[in-house]
Amino acid sequence: MSAAAPFAQFAYLRSPDQSASQPVLHPVAIVGAGPVGLSLAIDLAQRGLKPVLLDDSDRIGDGSRAICFAKRTLEIFDRLGVAKPMLEKGVSWQVGKVFQAGECLYQFDLLPEPGHKMPAFINLQQFHVEKFLIDRAQALGIDLRWKNRVVAVDNNRDGARLSIETPDGRYELEADHVVACDGARSPMRTMLGLSFAGEIFDDQFLIADVRMQAAFPVERWFWFDPPFHSGQSCLLHKQPDDIWRIDLQLSPDADAEHERQPAVVRPRIERMLGHADFELEWVSIYRFQCRRLQTFRHGSVIFAGDAAHQVSPFGARGANSGVQDADNLGWKLALVMSGASPDLLLTSYDSERSEAADENILNSTRATDFIAPRSAMERVFRNAALALARTQPFARRFVNSGRLSLPTPYTGSVLSTPDVDSWSAGLVPGAPIPDAPLESGQLSERLNGGFLLLAGCAVPAGLVPAGVAHVAPGADDILLRERFDLTDNAAYLIRPDGHVAARFRQADQQRLDAALNRARGVFDADR
Amino acid sequence: MPIDSRPRFADMDAAYRAIIEAHRGLSHEQSAALNAALVLILANQIGDHAVLAEALALAKATIAPPARQGAD
Repeated sequence: MSAAAPFAQFAYLRSPDQSASQPVLHPVAIVGAGPVGLSLAIDLAQRGLKPVLLDDSDRIGDGSRAICFAKRTLEIFDRLGVAKPMLEKGVSWQVGKVFQAGECLYQFDLLPEPGHKMPAFINLQQFHVEKFLIDRAQALGIDLRWKNRVVAVDNNRDGARLSIETPDGRYELEADHVVACDGARSPMRTMLGLSFAGEIFDDQFLIADVRMQAAFPVERWFWFDPPFHSGQSCLLHKQPDDIWRIDLQLSPDADAEHERQPAVVRPRIERMLGHADFELEWVSIYRFQCRRLQTFRHGSVIFAGDAAHQVSPFGARGANSGVQDADNLGWKLALVMSGASPDLLLTSYDSERSEAADENILNSTRATDFIAPRSAMERVFRNAALALARTQPFARRFVNSGRLSLPTPYTGSVLSTPDVDSWSAGLVPGAPIPDAPLESGQLSERLNGGFLLLAGCAVPAGLVPAGVAHVAPGADDILLRERFDLTDNAAYLIRPDGHVAARFRQADQQRLDAALNRARGVFDADR
Repeated sequence: MPIDSRPRFADMDAAYRAIIEAHRGLSHEQSAALNAALVLILANQIGDHAVLAEALALAKATIAPPARQGAD
């Protein structure tokens, strides 16, 4: 089934760089045109920069990869100008149900509060996401080079030289910054000889995309020990175009080659559905892994997405965290390349996204261990938690079928100004901001690449630092004031990636300027 | 709030007996399931990570160390 036609194909075009007598220098080269590399390239292009985006292929692959895109990622995609077609094409959902032995134990709602522009999740095949991103990249005139395979890296602190293989032979280019977004098997990681340490889980999982007409509600359904797949687990997600994603847990000793045969897969799915009226679109078998690079910065090469960290799919933390890597990196690269910020700002990418990677790996490991217990006694506890969950609300919080992706607060970030005032609610420095409705539009729409000052109604507009956007709630913006605990003289300084840099009960020029400098990685010399 | 080492029930014999009697007539598998459910209920009742960690350490200290591993 892997021989399916590509979803979209693109033309290799010879770049003038290939005819240059000397390697041409670019400010930033991005390796890998998946969701992460494309998001970063679009972000940089929207800032007026000219990234070069290299991809070893010339097509968008078919087949089952990421499908769940979280609210935060959709807010980022909105800033990148691609959310609208994704929302139109994707399947929005927010309710999950957990079953055991055919009975619904409980359900959860991932977005129980109003006032958000984006849904909790959409399900959309990765190839659609990539196509929308490529359309946007092309509209922005991004230098996207298909069939450009990086085969060697000469990596130095102040830049890197890449050797690139193309249908016209090999050429070299130089870049001040290289961002490796080349996926879980990252050739860039291999070329730099970096170890990718972590855990590989024994159990195998069958991932099947099935085409059928079905009347299941648009919800995430997870079964522990279902009657149709005894002793194992199953996950069902709806995708667009009558495609359904089914994850079936297999035993550690299952023969992957055998299990992926349609003659073996079909009866498993027939047992689940109770009928044979479906087509198999895609089948693959995985052993899940939770691994990461020890640091995401090596010389002038920065790693992002699966190239930097890999998680099991329970919780939708792969592509989502990768796009959030890009969101963290874009504005920082732009400030450093313009000379406005020191290199330290890029170091904060490593520390902040390390915190996110660790959180994602922790959650993904816990979920995988709950779904596939490692010992007989772990299974006894797992089943006890499930049995209690039928009647006891507390036990539902022990049950773990995947903790779904939320943006990570950067709790220890050097860019944050610690609170000095007294706050009973709202968002602590480093926290990702929630969306909220404004008199016109949404808060999430006001983040347009730069910093933002969210200021109470008594804060004079003259206090807003130069180059910083200003949002003041109107009289009716109650949700906004509640979510931020925003009193009349208070102000939040919000980073371009929508994390809180600082907040003050009584905003003043000096503290605001200091916080803004700090968030840009500019510290006083005596600090 | 450390683990309280003093007897806490007015009738300790009765409390112990209640636990034992709950297991009477159960298979080994049923007993294991009962214990697991009980641990989860009591852990939630405690609701304190530090106390839970101390209780786990105290319980673990009662387990004989594993037999020396042979050379395999």
